[in-house]
Amino acid sequence: MPKLTINGQPVEVPEGTNLIEAAKAIGVEVPHYCYHPSLTIAGQCRLCMVDIEKVPRPQIACNTVAAEGMVVETETARVKDTRRSMMEFHLINHPLDCPVCDQAGECFLQIYYMKHGLYDPRMTDEKVHKPKAVPLGPHVILDAERCILCSRCVRYCDEVTHTGELGIFNRGDHSEIGLFPGKTLENKYSGNVIDICPVGALTDRDFRFKVRVWYLDTAKSICNGCARGCNIEVHTNKHRHHHNEGRRVARLKPRFNADVNTWWICDAGRYGFQWIDDKSRLAQPLHRVGSQGTDVSWDRALEVTVAALRRYAPEEIGFLASPQMSNEDLWVLKRLADQLAVRNLDFRVPPATPGDEDNFLIRADKNPNTRGAVLCGIAPGPGGLDAPGMLRAARENRLKLLWIFHHDLAASSWAEGDVLTALEGAETVIFQGTNANDASARAHIVLPSAAYVESEGTFTNFEGRVQRFRTALPPLGSAWPDWMILSFVGKALGFQDPVFAAERAEQVWNALAAATPLLAGMTYRTIGDTGAMVKA
Amino acid sequence: MAEMIFTRNFHLADSHTLARYKETGGYTALTKAFRMEPAALAEEVKKSNLRGLGGAAFPTGMKWGFIPKGSTAPRYLVINADEGEPGTFKDRYLMERDPHGLIEGMIIAARAIGSHLGFVYIRGEYVQPWRVLDGAVREAYAAGLLGKNILGSGADFDIVLHRGAGAYICGEETGLLSSLEGKKGWPKIKPPFPAVKGAFGNPTIVNNVETIMAVPHIVNRGAEWFAGLGTKGQGGTRVYSVSGHVEKPGIVEAPVTVTLRQLIYDHCGGIRGGRKLKGVVPGGSSAAILTPDEIDIPMDADGPKSKGSMIGSAGIIVMDETVSIPEALMVVSRFYAHESCGQCTPCRESTGWIYKMTRRIVEGKGRKEDLDTILDVAKRGAGTTICAFYDGAVGPYISYIEKYRSEFEDLIRSNAHA
Repeated sequence: MPKLTINGQPVEVPEGTNLIEAAKAIGVEVPHYCYHPSLTIAGQCRLCMVDIEKVPRPQIACNTVAAEGMVVETETARVKDTRRSMMEFHLINHPLDCPVCDQAGECFLQIYYMKHGLYDPRMTDEKVHKPKAVPLGPHVILDAERCILCSRCVRYCDEVTHTGELGIFNRGDHSEIGLFPGKTLENKYSGNVIDICPVGALTDRDFRFKVRVWYLDTAKSICNGCARGCNIEVHTNKHRHHHNEGRRVARLKPRFNADVNTWWICDAGRYGFQWIDDKSRLAQPLHRVGSQGTDVSWDRALEVTVAALRRYAPEEIGFLASPQMSNEDLWVLKRLADQLAVRNLDFRVPPATPGDEDNFLIRADKNPNTRGAVLCGIAPGPGGLDAPGMLRAARENRLKLLWIFHHDLAASSWAEGDVLTALEGAETVIFQGTNANDASARAHIVLPSAAYVESEGTFTNFEGRVQRFRTALPPLGSAWPDWMILSFVGKALGFQDPVFAAERAEQVWNALAAATPLLAGMTYRTIGDTGAMVKA
Repeated sequence: MAEMIFTRNFHLADSHTLARYKETGGYTALTKAFRMEPAALAEEVKKSNLRGLGGAAFPTGMKWGFIPKGSTAPRYLVINADEGEPGTFKDRYLMERDPHGLIEGMIIAARAIGSHLGFVYIRGEYVQPWRVLDGAVREAYAAGLLGKNILGSGADFDIVLHRGAGAYICGEETGLLSSLEGKKGWPKIKPPFPAVKGAFGNPTIVNNVETIMAVPHIVNRGAEWFAGLGTKGQGGTRVYSVSGHVEKPGIVEAPVTVTLRQLIYDHCGGIRGGRKLKGVVPGGSSAAILTPDEIDIPMDADGPKSKGSMIGSAGIIVMDETVSIPEALMVVSRFYAHESCGQCTPCRESTGWIYKMTRRIVEGKGRKEDLDTILDVAKRGAGTTICAFYDGAVGPYISYIEKYRSEFEDLIRSNAHA
């Protein structure tokens, strides 16, 4: 572990650490473009120059390994002057089209010009012109004039996805990023090049021109697209509805977690949020009598729900929970089932087609909380029915009340006819979820759920990592978080379990952790931003 | 007349053949080298004061010593025959007229560094030198001088010829290695240096054609003899490429003690038509230009350096009084703008910008701030890049303007809108 001094501060770093990372360890930022901790060192942007004692010229910090006794200065007059020169070089052929550039506001040309540039431009000759608005694939679009040729995207496609779609073509100031002949940037992780592009060269075809980034709010969250539970940020547009056709979720961005997804997320996760602001969202409780469905208040909806639960014997009731639900949701459901002595409890619905999986991030299980559902005890009780058993019993009119959470059974591997006859066979069908589907269209009671970005809670990923997601938005319309709906039901049924009196998801979590040895002692605080493992 | 080493057989029509090469003492150094320990060979080269003749003038023996001791990875000897420095054409003649000299030098050098595979990266435009060298390599294989168990010595060595595709940057040591590996000819970031991690990730020594061709002579006649031919800083003779406005342009072999004035006026017959000398570039286009009062310098590694220039590839470009220095700078800056690989920002962006400014000046659209802008931009970019290409461009940018500033100013003043 070499000890060195940076700007007069001593720091000890692991062997092999470069000077950018060593400086970062003591909160000193060395500006850079081409360096990215996940990629090989390119050393091309020449911005990260620092002074090192006994070395005659400034050196690039990215390719200089911290050594014992090294004395580094990142803010000498010479370093600052070099930075200013590099900023000028980076910008002489740049189109300076910030007013129409989607990167504006999060562009490192802007940020570093303001922090380290502030020179008077001297370039008066015609700039080099290059291709603009070139789609590279389904998600990414290139403006070669804005590109600073840092080669991060090229190295990403070579070293991370190993797909090699991109290259740098031509020479000198005519160099430009482009696709190799016959290639399209459509690997399963292509969106990440947008994030690592420090400038406006690679922008997001889905997001661009939707919202200016400075209008976005940010919440830490967990991708609900598969069992990996990649850490994400949800970027929402709450204040300028006219900018994005009223859609509140503007985009999802990966959030670094060394143990889960590092810097990356897959495209399926990144762009899989359209359902949140989709027209199919359920926003109001509904009560259907015969073929006539009526929007009702929550009071009325709870009243008919409670009445239905009281109408049947426990063995006539089935709960089909969902691994899309949080641990908190599932725990309140589990307590409710226990209090009602309902043993017909399951969450497993096989998908119509097996999910794709790779050896990087993507998991075949497209649910974020299968492990959590198991840990919460969402399984048939003694003599109880599993999911196919419940459907069969409903078809045979033995199951009178079927309460389906979230599942779109049309997307299951079960035969459509079997599903529909089951929905018709049960006297009372309750659908609780976010989006309309076959079940909600036939349900007697529809209870609208908040989407995961509209509530807080935890998911447990396939490795057993419990991870928190925070509230990014208020629930749409009259929707409520699942755990809240269920606790109101429990309370209305007169059950005394304190979990039904919870006012915040955290209280539900604490009850779950107290009741579950594998989660003992785990709190929202200890789970933090990067998650905590369930006990082995 | 001083002793000729590299060009001693150039007068013979069949100097490129194995038979003639052997008849004039060829491959005797190889026999001798096989009886020497590799370390002793390297030591002999070190003592000879041989310095790299491609441009950087790095001591050859020292370079060979940079391969990590005890490394068991394959080692490669790569010959830089990309000769792209404007004003340089010596390696072309050496390969055409004395290909076996290169092959023998390579086998000996390979023994010194422990290599069994050598590459010759030949400039793509050099069709004839490649043909001749290819023929010589075939002859050498047929005669048991290459391949397995060379001349019964137990040593194995193969040579692969690789033709470049026309980029100047592929003559830069590590750009060449990238190109050899099948990649875009981008110079590699250092460290690691090629001797540690070079071609295909293995220890690699890259030497210029002429440098390696000196080795058999050093082995045959001793380090002291070779060192004695030169100056304190550099041993031997070397082959100067002289072009431009002299009466007899061409290659000249001379001891490195020769002065620039002697090369121009004694060896090459002086300035054509009795005109006056305006300026001379002593070491390829990347070297700073020298004025007529700066040519009384020995043309070893240190002489041009004493005047703020460099010996470089020893490509001497002579310009007489008819030359417009601003036009010359425009041509040179166009070359560097065209050949910048585009990897490092300062070089990629400013070579093009400086070319645009020099072109504007020549077109009569110069502005009075242009000259200071060029000088400032050049100085700011110098020394900030992965390879020496940009420093090479800065040589002419700064020296042409600083030494001939009034010529530029006259042109700018002629601009009515200035």
